Amino acid sequence: MSANNHELNKFPWKHVIGLALSLILTLLALWVVVSLSLPTVATLTIIVLLAICQAFIQLLMFMHINENHGRGYRILAIAFGFYIAAVVVYGSLWIMWFTV
Amino acid sequence: MIENIKSFLGSFFVTGDPMIYGADASIALASIGIVFYLTYFKKWKWLWDEWLTTVDHKKIGIMYIIAAILMLFRGGVDALLMRAQLIIPNNTFLTSQHYNEIFTTHGTIMIFFMAMPFIFGLMNIAVPLQIGARDVAFPFLNAVSFWLFFLAAMLFNISFVIGGSPDAGWTSYAPLAGLKLDPGVGENYYLIALQISGIGTLATGVNFLVTIFKMRAPGMTLFKMPMFTWSTLVTSIIVIFAFPVLTIALALMSIDRLFGAHFFTIEAGGSPMMWANLFWIWGHPEVYIVLIPVLGIFSEVISTFAHKTLFGYKAMVWSMIAISVLSFTTWLHHFFTMGNTAMVNSFFSISTMIIAIPTGVKIFNWLFTLNKGRIEFTTAMLWALAFIPNFTIGGITGVMLSLAPADYQYHNSYFLIAHFHNVLIAGTVFGVFAGLHYWWPKMFGHILNERLGKWAFWVFMISYNICFLPMYFIGLMGMTRRMYTFPSGLGWEPLNLIITLGAFGMGVGFLIMVWMIVYSAKYGKRDTTGDPWNGRTLEWATSSPAPEYNFAHIPQVETVDAFAHMKEKGTADSIYKAPFQAIHMPNDSGIPFILSVFFFIAGFGLVFEWYWMAIPGAIGIVVCMILRSFKDHDDHHHIPAEEVEQTERAAGRLS
Repeated sequence: MSANNHELNKFPWKHVIGLALSLILTLLALWVVVSLSLPTVATLTIIVLLAICQAFIQLLMFMHINENHGRGYRILAIAFGFYIAAVVVYGSLWIMWFTV
Repeated sequence: MIENIKSFLGSFFVTGDPMIYGADASIALASIGIVFYLTYFKKWKWLWDEWLTTVDHKKIGIMYIIAAILMLFRGGVDALLMRAQLIIPNNTFLTSQHYNEIFTTHGTIMIFFMAMPFIFGLMNIAVPLQIGARDVAFPFLNAVSFWLFFLAAMLFNISFVIGGSPDAGWTSYAPLAGLKLDPGVGENYYLIALQISGIGTLATGVNFLVTIFKMRAPGMTLFKMPMFTWSTLVTSIIVIFAFPVLTIALALMSIDRLFGAHFFTIEAGGSPMMWANLFWIWGHPEVYIVLIPVLGIFSEVISTFAHKTLFGYKAMVWSMIAISVLSFTTWLHHFFTMGNTAMVNSFFSISTMIIAIPTGVKIFNWLFTLNKGRIEFTTAMLWALAFIPNFTIGGITGVMLSLAPADYQYHNSYFLIAHFHNVLIAGTVFGVFAGLHYWWPKMFGHILNERLGKWAFWVFMISYNICFLPMYFIGLMGMTRRMYTFPSGLGWEPLNLIITLGAFGMGVGFLIMVWMIVYSAKYGKRDTTGDPWNGRTLEWATSSPAPEYNFAHIPQVETVDAFAHMKEKGTADSIYKAPFQAIHMPNDSGIPFILSVFFFIAGFGLVFEWYWMAIPGAIGIVVCMILRSFKDHDDHHHIPAEEVEQTERAAGRLS
């Protein structure tokens, strides 16, 4: 309990840095789309890479992905997340293609 | 100058319809009445201390349910206005614009501001008690969720007197809902209000997931949890994975409308069909978000009043998990007719039929639970028993709709309207009514009047069938949804008349129910035992209404139906035996309410694109969050042992 309290009373640097990085990455993506006139493929590649970076930052800074206890639940949750993401992305592409 | 003010007010307030002026007058009178009552009886402090700042899951649950019943009234009035318009051909009671606004608000309110909050209210009341916890995992966040929902609901509801209601249907399809075809503030209300309440919903999903994983009483393994808790767990997982899609879709369309982007306009390279796609990727899981919890409620009610353990506990759990996984793979069946390829339609056709299997498994489990049970026909049980056949009709017609080639005939007809009301009313509405009767003693300490409850049940249930069964036939006769009037000579007159009569009958059933609540508050039988139904799960182990700390001692769980087992063993009094210890509880906080008011201000500003209002609102939101994040962790207190003893004594638990 005391270790826990100690943890709570510290300044939450991890979360503040995570928030700042997330904001920077989001603004960067907006800037790439709005202010640079790169070819479409280049724009898409850059913002997808930025999105992947941000996903990792959030998993590390906010979602305790590198903690040791409850590993089974975490693996299951991440797997389900990948399943939903795959269904949404590939499903949408397949539907919106409108050809076989 | 005066002309300017006049023209501003003319567009700010909705004008021109006597019914709207009547609504203006009644809103003003009701507001004055409430302010007068609170001031005259010096209730402001009581309101603030007991309700606006509370983080107690039971009080938050009660507020959710009161708000949901108010919204049921609002959505129900919308329905009756629509049916009044369609009672005879070529009716001129409502204009087409007014009719469009009413069916949009009816659908949106019933799903977002009635069904979900009603269910969240029952979850708040029952789940922490069922798992033997003192509160949810994040009580502060729970209050934030409630107030975000409540103020978003208010923001959505004022649209009909200020600025104009949304009018593109509850699905808000692009391009109809885009700026070009739908200028004005109506659709902005839809986008912003749903965005705000969606944040609250997502937080609720996280909150209940963590509560159920982390706060169960010692001994309660996952497979010893009550079925309603299981259904809440599965629902929370669906909420967490489905709602972000709605958040994104709403944000994209808001950016389209407010800042001139083109995500959903085809001229500038956007795709209007992507809206339908994203909306239903969220929308189909949403159907299960409002259905799975009531399947849990029915399991509790049927097992309690058949006085038997639920048949096939594991099959029930695994079928819910199967539904949650499959619910993300069926969304296209909402737009089979959009022009997809045959392969796409076939895939989603089959996935939709597959999801009917776990649902069917559950129906048989309830039937086998009833088999050889000592069935007690309480009002809660009547709603649960009526659910089985009525919901099955909706399920069967759902399978009919899932056949893509046949769907080209049914699509957007009254056949579809009948189907989804059959599942949503017989499922969700019957379910929350059953839950309301079942848990009412735990909320308020008295039992709802059974005689009036049964009257309300029979009137509502029969009227519901009179209203919705003819819709299948009128749909097959060619009547499509969202028609604001119909010509004579098509043979639709008799069925439309019957449907309208059924709708008003449901209104009568609702009024009986309201009367029953008022009557029971005064004359209802007090529940002095805490266990009025001879219940099987832990919420019945504590007194009614449950004390602030829920359980004087955290119960020890050994089996499924933990409380029934404790009663058999004679250890039910172990949770309120002296000596007592101090109990650790969260502190109340005003921040959730104030934060949500800032959300309301910012939202209202965005709806009207008044950035002088939206920006200060947004700053207020951030300031509230900073205040909460960086304040020292003095957010809890202890209830002394003597006070626990006094409370238990007052509840008649210590003799």
